[in-house]
Amino acid sequence: MLALDSTTAALVEVFFRDLNMCGIVGLFLKDKSLEPKLGEMLTSMLITMTDRGPDSAGIAIYGGERAGQTKLVVQSDTPDTAFDGLDTKIGKVVGGTVSMKVSSTHAVLTLPAGTTAAARAALPEIDASLRVMSRGDSLEIYKEVGLPKDVAAQFDISAMSGSHGIGHTRMATESAVTTMGAHPFNTGDDQCLVHNGSLSNHNSLRRKLRRDGVHIETENDTEVGAAYLTWQMQKGATLGEALTSSLDDLDGFFTFVVGTKDGFGVVRDPIACKPAVMAETDQYVAFGSEYRALVDLPGIENARVWEPEPATVYFWSHDSAPTSSEKAA
Amino acid sequence: MQTIDLSELGLREVNKMLHAQAADTNQTSWTIENAKGSHAIACGLDAPIEVTVKGSTGYYCGGMNQQATINIDGSAGPGTGENIMSGKIVIEGDASQYLGATGHGGLIVVKGNASSRCGISMKGVNIVVQGNIGHMSAFMGQSGNLVVCGDAGEALGDSCYEARFFVRGSVKSLGADCEKKEMRPEHIEILQGLLDEAGFDADPSEFTRYGSARTLYNFDVDNAGAY
Repeated sequence: MLALDSTTAALVEVFFRDLNMCGIVGLFLKDKSLEPKLGEMLTSMLITMTDRGPDSAGIAIYGGERAGQTKLVVQSDTPDTAFDGLDTKIGKVVGGTVSMKVSSTHAVLTLPAGTTAAARAALPEIDASLRVMSRGDSLEIYKEVGLPKDVAAQFDISAMSGSHGIGHTRMATESAVTTMGAHPFNTGDDQCLVHNGSLSNHNSLRRKLRRDGVHIETENDTEVGAAYLTWQMQKGATLGEALTSSLDDLDGFFTFVVGTKDGFGVVRDPIACKPAVMAETDQYVAFGSEYRALVDLPGIENARVWEPEPATVYFWSHDSAPTSSEKAA
Repeated sequence: MQTIDLSELGLREVNKMLHAQAADTNQTSWTIENAKGSHAIACGLDAPIEVTVKGSTGYYCGGMNQQATINIDGSAGPGTGENIMSGKIVIEGDASQYLGATGHGGLIVVKGNASSRCGISMKGVNIVVQGNIGHMSAFMGQSGNLVVCGDAGEALGDSCYEARFFVRGSVKSLGADCEKKEMRPEHIEILQGLLDEAGFDADPSEFTRYGSARTLYNFDVDNAGAY
């Protein structure tokens, strides 16, 4: 590549690693009039990040919340059989009306509030191929193997509306290229996580979490990161506290973006090799692994654009003013 | 003046046009439009031309530059001016991580802030930043000058050799083997020259000089057993 001496070449190689390994985008709308265009804007951002992650892609979108109802998004590699009459079968299990919207390999089940656990427990018996993508009142996660543009088209993401969403393009390093290895990862009701980087202590942490009874499905490092956050929150931590403690307990490179019902948060490891750019205007807050992902957003020329600081947890929420808290060294 | 549209011509074509300029070219002034965060814009130039890039750039803008002056009319992505040999890069906005990494010569001016690892392994490049710089800047810096009119982040100058660092504001922490140094008249002179070249109005006497304590890279007979 460049004519460098060997020590520098070795050093610089470490820093060049940020070039590859995944792209992240996020968009949080302040201006409600943009909500019908959320899917379209996120799709464009996601496709720009294709060369950072051509293996698989996924998107988490928040919207369509209805009182008394909650959503469960399931996936199957054999949707024709797995989704056949699934709404009726789940309806019998939960004792209520269940509606289903099938989109390619995914199906969004709308359930009576409070019945998610019962519905999930019944899935393996109904069809062994069914896997849960997400659960929550407003969250829907769609993810598959393939180029971001193909995945976006498969689920017609650009036609979706919502208040905020995050997306991910994956270049796999730590585990196989599969649907379950794709991001975002669901970390709890209406919560999800995307990750750019690689965790180096995921094996030991997975063993520790499994001993504590945490269900971890794959050999993927990010799933361990997601399970870690879920585990911290089950122990009573807030999402912000869980992210702050992740800075101590997770070893490796990471930029995390987390989605919640009300907004999204960003945290980078203290070394901050993995790139991150944020932009804010009166209409939105946007996140991209690179500035390229943001160039087509309205008014980007006059947006406030900056890089989030390392080891600092940022949050934007519809309910409160933005916050950032630096972790004490 | 030549104006070229990056989105129309594509990166390879644009860089090929710039590479084709000989030392005595008459086309000395170029504007590149629609940068849109693209990577490797105006990399590997080797002619005394001036290139203005409209908009923000992605990775490695002006990498390996020789002779050319490159103005970035926006913010610059990671690795801008990487391995710069000579010439000048001026960034109107902020610069992302590892600005000017391994640079051997030339000048990089940042009017906003620079991020982490600014000037990592610098080998002769001069970098002048009007704002702040991030952590691990000038790691293993070997030669050249890093001037910071604002503050420096954690571990400035870790494992450095003979590069000089001038900081006007605070330094969050010094890296291993980096120490505060006396500001002698010759340093004031160097600093004044760099500030003038960058076009920044700052008083050199307000800066503190930092550099290597020279304990890491010099052989100490007491450490012989460690080899």
